[in-house]
Amino acid sequence: MNDTIARSILVVSLVKVVVLLFLVLTAVAYLVWFERKVAAHIQGRWGPYRVGPHGLLQPLADGVKFLLKEDATPAGVDRFLYFSAPLLTMTLAISAIAMIPFGPASIHIFGIATPLVIANISVGLLAIFAITSVGVYGVALGGWSSNSKYSLLGGLRSSAQMISYELSLTLSVVGILLLAGTFNLSELIMRQDGYTWGHLPKWNLLNPTFPQILGFFCYFVAAIAETNRAPFDLAEAESELVAGYHTEYSSFKFAMFFLGEYASMITVACLASILFLGGWLSPFPQTPGLDWTRYLPAGVLAVAGVALIIHGVRYINVFGRIALPVLGVILGALSFLCSQPGVIDDIQGPFWFLAKVLFVLFVYVWVRWTLPRFRYDQLMRFGWKVLFPVALLNVILTSLAVVMRK
Amino acid sequence: MLDQGVFYFFAALAILSAILVVTRRNAVQSAIFLVTALLATAGIFLNLNAEFLFIVQVILYAGGIMVLFVFVIMLVNLDVALHQVQFNRQWFVALIVSAVLAAQVAAAIAVSRRTLYTVPAAPAESLEPNTERVAFYLFHNYMLPFEIASILLLVAMVGAVVMAKKRV
Amino acid sequence: MSGNLAQAYAPLLIHLLVALGLSAILLILSSLIGQHRPTREKMQPYECGITPVGDAREPFDVKFYLVAMVFILFDVEAVFLYPWAYVFRELRWFGFTEMLLYILILLAGYVYLWKKGALDWNPSKTQRDRQT
Repeated sequence: MNDTIARSILVVSLVKVVVLLFLVLTAVAYLVWFERKVAAHIQGRWGPYRVGPHGLLQPLADGVKFLLKEDATPAGVDRFLYFSAPLLTMTLAISAIAMIPFGPASIHIFGIATPLVIANISVGLLAIFAITSVGVYGVALGGWSSNSKYSLLGGLRSSAQMISYELSLTLSVVGILLLAGTFNLSELIMRQDGYTWGHLPKWNLLNPTFPQILGFFCYFVAAIAETNRAPFDLAEAESELVAGYHTEYSSFKFAMFFLGEYASMITVACLASILFLGGWLSPFPQTPGLDWTRYLPAGVLAVAGVALIIHGVRYINVFGRIALPVLGVILGALSFLCSQPGVIDDIQGPFWFLAKVLFVLFVYVWVRWTLPRFRYDQLMRFGWKVLFPVALLNVILTSLAVVMRK
Repeated sequence: MLDQGVFYFFAALAILSAILVVTRRNAVQSAIFLVTALLATAGIFLNLNAEFLFIVQVILYAGGIMVLFVFVIMLVNLDVALHQVQFNRQWFVALIVSAVLAAQVAAAIAVSRRTLYTVPAAPAESLEPNTERVAFYLFHNYMLPFEIASILLLVAMVGAVVMAKKRV
Repeated sequence: MSGNLAQAYAPLLIHLLVALGLSAILLILSSLIGQHRPTREKMQPYECGITPVGDAREPFDVKFYLVAMVFILFDVEAVFLYPWAYVFRELRWFGFTEMLLYILILLAGYVYLWKKGALDWNPSKTQRDRQT
């Protein structure tokens, strides 16, 4: 490889990595806000409201608070492992997203066209699973090194749960591999292009050969368990284990476990949208009658902007009366930008991708605040005796369907 | 050039981790360094264009087998183990064995350099990422070993249950 | 490493290093900025407000070990399924039959585990009767 080309590729990747990590951490912070808001509205409350209009600055305040809190390290911990556990958890959680392609278009950085993905490797799907599988150590070591009984129990339970559900997670996507025959995430999306009977998208969830409905069910349930979220958040069942494996963690060390959990949620949601929901593909075929759907990104932004302005000018305090309309105007400007001829085609991919990811994340949060927690023996029984055989059945049925069709 | 740099980086990481595995007194820390040693080995696989092997090494060794190791180490009471006499009593025997092994390896290399012909290194372009070929050979030419692997796994399952049942 | 592979993995390595650096900086920053006022009681591991009893790192149930063991065995199976799915279109009925055989052999093991109660978290009723 030519040296100058190699160097410019490195520089471009570095820029992309920094931008992506910034976006991911911001997204994680606002995902926490989103979850608290959704939870509050499900329970008929208002949620965060004090810091900034509608609590929009709450994530910032939380971050500052985490940094300022006392950094207490309990006596008797294994210091090396105690500090490396949160480090490992967060690093791996924000690294898995490097394999996710966000759209088909290329962007230009310093005049070099580069795709909307950091590492476009041919075994991308497996690499994400590899990173997830190493993530077990953060939980197990955090629990063990803390020298607290609750932490140890939480860490053990959680790691046993993670490995049990990892199995169903890996099996649930085999059906898709059978249909597509590739591990590359961009190619996996491209194989889902097309429409059955002209209108129904050929996403893997609705694949005409064998719809991956069972696979999607297994994937989603296993993913919830894998990220230690309710109703499978046994690791931090506060009624029995105080806070599970991070009982003894304080200040930003705790925040790192927290950030890791939400970053994994985003990765899992991205993967769900890529594998089952057609990634960046639009649900509408580009026929003349449905041409207007190309203006949906601009339309959604415009409606949101106008709503913000109308609502903002009547907000209860002065700060909100200024900040919310300004935000609305920014959204309006973005909306105008998205309707321009040069941009409208490039924006389609990321728009549909993010829309699907947001939908999956909403279901994630919705599930958490709707279903009660499983008991540990129920959790293990469900993972091994229901989810695993169902995922295996899906593999056999899909392979049968593929081999019969061809 | 870059290849060699990457190789030496991962090789050094693997050796360093391996040394830490045997020198750490805390068994859990040893296990963690064994994980890094295995990950460094995975890096060497990747450097040799064995993309699939790299992934399998990470998923199975680092993410599967070592989790079991860590569990087992946590299962035994570490404080008791720390106060017991370590295996240092046999260091003399160990020294002799490793010296003999080193001599054997050195002799083998020396002999093969002089008399046996060595296979020339494969050119880099014939070593393109080959997940598909690996898969095809595995399920086509090596079907029988693959089926036998399932029987091995079956035996291991029975063995695990029999061993665990003694303690339940 | 061939050029294509290096081009694909170098960004991943950069990403990992930047992520690790960022996490480390945050960790160090919080221990620098955050206050430190340790007291003897504060440094004790939490145990519902009472003085901790005994050592936390006690030997635990062999069940966890069994789960990890069974996980590895089935994980090996799952990893075999990946390359198989990758070339399935070329192998067709041949591939289907050989994988069916493979899965059936492992299903025998699964049924064995189920019958022996290795997949139950609580001891089954018969076991409890035997113990009492």
